Amino acid sequence: MSVGTRTAEHPPGTPPDRPDERAPRESHARDWRGLGWGFLVKLALMAVVNAGGVLAILSAYQVGAWVVLGALVVLLAAADWIYFARRTLPLKYMFPGLVFLVVFQMFTLGYTGYVAFTNYGTGHLGSMQQAVDAALIQDERQVEDSPEYPLAVVRDGDALGFAVNDDGTVRVGTAEEPLETVGGAQVDDRGTPVAVPGWEVVPRAQLFSDADLQAEVVALRVPVSGDAEDGSLRTREGSTASVYTSRLEWDPAAQTITNTETGAVYSPSDRGQFVTEDGERLAAGWYVNVGFDNFVRAFTDATYAGPLLKVAAWTFAFAILTVLTSFGLGLLFALIYNDPRIRGRKILRTLFILPYAFPAFMSALLWRGMLNAEFGVINDWFFLGANIGWLSDPWLAKIAILWVNLWLSYPYWFLVTTGALQALPGDVMEAARVDGAGRWRQFRSITLPMLMVSTAPLAIASFAFNFNNFTIIYMLTGGGPAFSGSSTPMGSTDILISAIYQISGVSGGRADYGLASALSIVVFVVIGVISALAFRQTRKLEEI
Amino acid sequence: MRRHFAAGVAAVATVALLAACSGDPAPTTTAEGDAPAAGSAGELVIWSDAERAEAIKNAAADFETDTGATVTVVQKNFEDLRADFLAQVPTGEGPDITVGANDWLGEFVESGVVDTISLGSRAADFEQVTLDAFTYDGQLYALPYAQETVALIQNTALVGDTAPQTFDEMIQMATDAGFGDRPFILYTNGAEGDMYTSYAFQTSFGAPVFVQDEDGSYTSEVGMGGEQGLAYARWIQANGSAGTGYFTDTVDYDIGNELFASGQSPFIVQGPWTIPTFQDAGVEVAVNPIPSAGGETAAPFVGVQGFYLSAQSDNALLANEFLANYVATDEAQQALYEADPRIPALTAVAEDVSDDPVIAGFLAAAQNGVPMPNIPEMGAVWDFWNAAQIALITGQDPDSTWTSMVASVEQAIG
Repeated sequence: MSVGTRTAEHPPGTPPDRPDERAPRESHARDWRGLGWGFLVKLALMAVVNAGGVLAILSAYQVGAWVVLGALVVLLAAADWIYFARRTLPLKYMFPGLVFLVVFQMFTLGYTGYVAFTNYGTGHLGSMQQAVDAALIQDERQVEDSPEYPLAVVRDGDALGFAVNDDGTVRVGTAEEPLETVGGAQVDDRGTPVAVPGWEVVPRAQLFSDADLQAEVVALRVPVSGDAEDGSLRTREGSTASVYTSRLEWDPAAQTITNTETGAVYSPSDRGQFVTEDGERLAAGWYVNVGFDNFVRAFTDATYAGPLLKVAAWTFAFAILTVLTSFGLGLLFALIYNDPRIRGRKILRTLFILPYAFPAFMSALLWRGMLNAEFGVINDWFFLGANIGWLSDPWLAKIAILWVNLWLSYPYWFLVTTGALQALPGDVMEAARVDGAGRWRQFRSITLPMLMVSTAPLAIASFAFNFNNFTIIYMLTGGGPAFSGSSTPMGSTDILISAIYQISGVSGGRADYGLASALSIVVFVVIGVISALAFRQTRKLEEI
Repeated sequence: MRRHFAAGVAAVATVALLAACSGDPAPTTTAEGDAPAAGSAGELVIWSDAERAEAIKNAAADFETDTGATVTVVQKNFEDLRADFLAQVPTGEGPDITVGANDWLGEFVESGVVDTISLGSRAADFEQVTLDAFTYDGQLYALPYAQETVALIQNTALVGDTAPQTFDEMIQMATDAGFGDRPFILYTNGAEGDMYTSYAFQTSFGAPVFVQDEDGSYTSEVGMGGEQGLAYARWIQANGSAGTGYFTDTVDYDIGNELFASGQSPFIVQGPWTIPTFQDAGVEVAVNPIPSAGGETAAPFVGVQGFYLSAQSDNALLANEFLANYVATDEAQQALYEADPRIPALTAVAEDVSDDPVIAGFLAAAQNGVPMPNIPEMGAVWDFWNAAQIALITGQDPDSTWTSMVASVEQAIG
């Protein structure tokens, strides 16, 4: 390195490179000095992001998912702008978080909200056109004594027809022309026509290799005679034909389906079904917007109201009692095992945390076995082998749920409160001792209030979690024992979320996703309001 | 110098990365563009559970050679097939064909996701119950391949291999062999209840869950009410905790199988899927039709598995060709049986495999049986029905429990 270079780096008059004198220091995003390492890494990362984005956009385009495509384009453009523009420093940090917020939270919430206002569920899954297709499919029936005719697909220019072997006579027809006997045709040993004068027989190989032709053949109906009552020939696999009749006719202009036999006219109802004026319905429906119907049903349907009230009461009891008992037990053990006189504290603490480390559903299943009235170890070991129906008595089942959930969650509180206890300032405790406070007084007036500052928000979170603790209910009791004589399939240990799972039929049978979504939104609002109120209360704790 | 070199490497790497990434979408688009021009025969997508996937692929191999079509078999959990098929067929993402159970049919028809099929003259070769099971409103909606049912399994080392004809006879045999405490294992899925397994006892009292019309199709008329239903309810209650104590609400799947496998009870009603567990435990089993408790034939539910055709399939002709001429063959059905031994739906194949006494026993039980209802109303029944079973076993009043259960079911199905 020559002296000249050195001078070039530090021209006369420039202050030496001393950061403390250049306050406030400019953001590193603004003092871009060319292709630094950071820029190259950024370029590489953005290349990956863009490649992934473009790939996703292309595949969205291929399947015609326009909403997804639009969202992807906007997100990708936003990413490029944010990370290559100079003025977007805060967004550079916030963007990934925002994307996750939109994709995982806002979208789920928005979609649930959307479904809550529709009747999406069994019988209302697709579009109206699909319901029409289904109605026509379900209506078209094979004529009872129709023989199976060997068939060849034939063509004359654009006209597509069927040539069938009707007991030795080859007959040909198209969609417009009913079957006519054709002389001089040849059939092979299986009876399939192979040469028909005036028509070109489409070879099977050609049929199989042309998807459009297949669709045409499947859709083709050849009238047996001039009288529509006699039915039409139809083939499913292209080698045999049978006579089918159908009664329903779809009129796309009027948007109605007419039964040609009875004259009944089915028109689309606002509930997404084809109904006649007499209220007769076709099986298949489609999904439509039903406004607030699902919410109204959830609150006013008499069959749900009574049981749901009981379930709601138990849900609150379950969530509150779980938090109180597990917090209390965890804190008690934390206080005891925080005493420095106890030997082997670390090992003991580790052992305490074990239930927390097991997957909850596994523990619930194990407890289910242990609580079995006849074969479970709980009755055998602790209750002299008595047949106590822990899972079949309404009250005992509630106690069993609370007990198992206590077992599952107190280690969490043990862990949290141990940490909080160790963070308490020693001088305050010492001052209290000097002032002559007894142990109970110290705990009541110093330890507990200070603990609450850090643990109350966690308790609220735990309440919200347990309010929707589907796993333990589903795995331990399945919501049972069922309310006796109830007209809804709910049980004594069902909490709101498991009751929703039951009554919306999502668990099996007639699923009603609209009602399920509406009820979930109600539960969400309840938890949201309670949590918000509770968090406001905790602010008071901090004022100590 | 070093710095420039490093920058160069980074630049090259970046370019390479960009190239690699942009290279990905390109072939996809070309393939898409070429497809129609080449006149491809199309692709059949078939959803299957793990057991059947291999057998379907084998049947598809000939089909692919003959037609030039490609067959893609997508493996899913059997339990997921129903919901996924319902959700995805309307969006156009569904398969052309899916494996499924007959009790899904009502929901499929209401949701408009299945197409009818025709077996032509081949229909006569299938067991009638398997065709009935897939018939809805007079139309056939699936190609059946297997049926399964529960039967009476007995431990021959404890009670011999004589088939008891009535419930009382069975209890007597077990009591004589020294199993008076637990002569028979009634599986109730713990405290949740399981009427699927015990349905045969109910039908032996003449109380079907839904009334069948003259062609065997289920109507939505509940058949469990009335004196026959009450007689059955009283019978359960008399054998529950308030009576003989033979029935308890403590037997879940594992406990029931364990009691039988360890020889603590000589009789159990279970399905063919439990047989390997018992045989692995060294138990010699005999399988027989379920004995009657109420005097009439004890008819268990016969569940039938089959191949459904999507109503939105773009390859309906190929799919029909595949089902009618490649899957409905004796060879393909035999291969499906070997992949997962359930009673074949084709009579000839079923008779072929009946030299296995266990299969023959289940076949005999199935021949007494009734198809599992395929009407959508069935979904609303289970919760009330199972809960009533438990209530009766735990000693509640039979008449009021049963009557209110029937009323709840009638209200739920509207």
